[in-house]
Amino acid sequence: MTTNKSSNIAKAPRKLSLKENYALMTRDLGWQPSYQSVDKIFPHDHFEGIKIHNWEGWEDPFRLTMDAYWKYQGEKERKLYAIIDAFQQNNGQFNVTDARYINTLKLFLTGVSPLEYAAHRGFAIAGRAFRGVGPRVACQMQAIDELRHVQTQIHTISHYNKFFNGLHDFKHMHDRVWYLSVPKSYFDDAMSAGPFEFITAISFSFEYVLTNLLFMPFMSGAAFNGDMATVTFGFSAQSDESRHMTLGLEVVKFILEQDPDNVPIVQKWLDKWFWRGYRLLTLVAMMMDYMLPKRVMSWAEAWEIYFEQNGGSLFRDLERYGIRMPKYHEVATKEKNRLSHEAWATFYNYTAATDFHTWVPSSQEMNWLSEKYPETFDRYYRPRFEFWRERQQQGKRFYNPTLPMLCQTCQIPMIFTEPDDPTKICYRETEYRGEKFHFCSDGCKDIFCDEPEKYVQAWLPVHQIYQGNCFLPDADPTAPGFNPLAEVLRYYNLNVGHDNGDYADSPDRRNWEQWTGRPGAPVEEEEVGKAA
Amino acid sequence: MSASQAEGYAQTPIVFIALQTNDESRRIIDAIEADNPHAKVNAFPAMVKIDAPGRIVVRRESIEERLGRAFDLRELQLHLISLSGNIDESDDEFVLHWRTA
Repeated sequence: MTTNKSSNIAKAPRKLSLKENYALMTRDLGWQPSYQSVDKIFPHDHFEGIKIHNWEGWEDPFRLTMDAYWKYQGEKERKLYAIIDAFQQNNGQFNVTDARYINTLKLFLTGVSPLEYAAHRGFAIAGRAFRGVGPRVACQMQAIDELRHVQTQIHTISHYNKFFNGLHDFKHMHDRVWYLSVPKSYFDDAMSAGPFEFITAISFSFEYVLTNLLFMPFMSGAAFNGDMATVTFGFSAQSDESRHMTLGLEVVKFILEQDPDNVPIVQKWLDKWFWRGYRLLTLVAMMMDYMLPKRVMSWAEAWEIYFEQNGGSLFRDLERYGIRMPKYHEVATKEKNRLSHEAWATFYNYTAATDFHTWVPSSQEMNWLSEKYPETFDRYYRPRFEFWRERQQQGKRFYNPTLPMLCQTCQIPMIFTEPDDPTKICYRETEYRGEKFHFCSDGCKDIFCDEPEKYVQAWLPVHQIYQGNCFLPDADPTAPGFNPLAEVLRYYNLNVGHDNGDYADSPDRRNWEQWTGRPGAPVEEEEVGKAA
Repeated sequence: MSASQAEGYAQTPIVFIALQTNDESRRIIDAIEADNPHAKVNAFPAMVKIDAPGRIVVRRESIEERLGRAFDLRELQLHLISLSGNIDESDDEFVLHWRTA
């Protein structure tokens, strides 16, 4: 019996270890070209000045091979779509806290989902550019992941489009609507850089350093607000994200270990992409503090956990390569108690031209903000919201009809305040070839000054509107009574009176109350008092 | 978090692993807790974030004991949300660590 068993084992093919399996299924897929030089096949992996001496030094710590990849991704997809089916069959969209919550999905679908598609393209391009097999396989998996993410997000959110406004044309809007140029230009900037900068920007600076601030609070927020469908696509995407983050850390370590000359180049990219990503996360900050009816944590708390604490540990680990914390990280920390308030006030101003609604926070919500921001909210922001609420109660809801000045780099309106003075708007400017350019911060100004020929080409929505480039072909600016704002909204394919404006008198709110019989927003204590 | 807690964390670089909460991951979280007595499990809606100074180890055997079946550590991919730290993965262990710790 015993002899029999051991001889069976001896005959059975030995199972490969994870490491051997990875080597065979990854490195072994590469080959030496015979009739073209390697430099000619991969012309893009050296012009940035990065020196790689040994591509074999690349380590993929997850050691995921394509066969395992398909197996686990397939399982993730089956789980996801089963939940989405159940969600739709059970009218899950009516189980969210209130219809204000849906506005976070509008922001996500128009602002983030198209970035997933951009990432798919970006990684396909980067994968082609690297001569090492390890990074090529990792980029290929990530390109497929990103395509999966955009598809699952569209499938999930399309269900909400049947019931709520503003979700009907996300791709068109992503390419046109003023504030969406912020995420769009961020990715365009990365994709138009070289392959090493792209991967440092997206895999490391965005995915490793900052993406936790987007997905963790957003998905936890979705769970807290009863949005099972979004939690599901979010976590399904996020499970891939761990692999992407690991790629990000690995790629930076790999580049740094290859040659000391790479260190200053990488540091410059880390400085740039930290600041670019941080500015982009302004949208997340206001989502967390103002748009989720039930809040998980404040932006400032998330910043402390995910950047100050986790990011701090990461950069200490990189110190041995001669890498320091990204430039202006201390400015971001100074801004943590104001960022979301400054952003939401801006969107409150300009909500006539957005595909989602804004509102004044309820009294209870303002109290939450006072508690989370004891040094700033009551002092700087509460009086403004109370004034706006008062105006609104008098039937004079404030809509700003002018167009804001934009930062040439991040494309956000110039809304941020001086690092050391929250009452003074921060303006920076520089001259390039006889023209003046404006910036929201030293961080954005430095980025411009390093590559002015790139950023002078920025498609700034406000400039484009003033130049007459944001009208449909049949618009006639010479016609009597021509209304430029109305024409711009038509160009955005925004359904005026449905998609835009204050939430208080939106069809979304009316529909919600009719369909669910529940209040569309928290009932104010004073109103309850008055009624009694 | 209080200022003193934040200072405490800043002294030893922390690693973390965040997992979705579901029937299977509950056993994985149990196993991680048992193998890493120095770790702190923070619950959030639909997820947990496990923080630990310096190092976290996820052991295949500990998970298998709790799940009552064979477990390939790559199955972690199905439940992972995020992590931080250098990764060292073998057939038996999935380790997160900072070299500065």
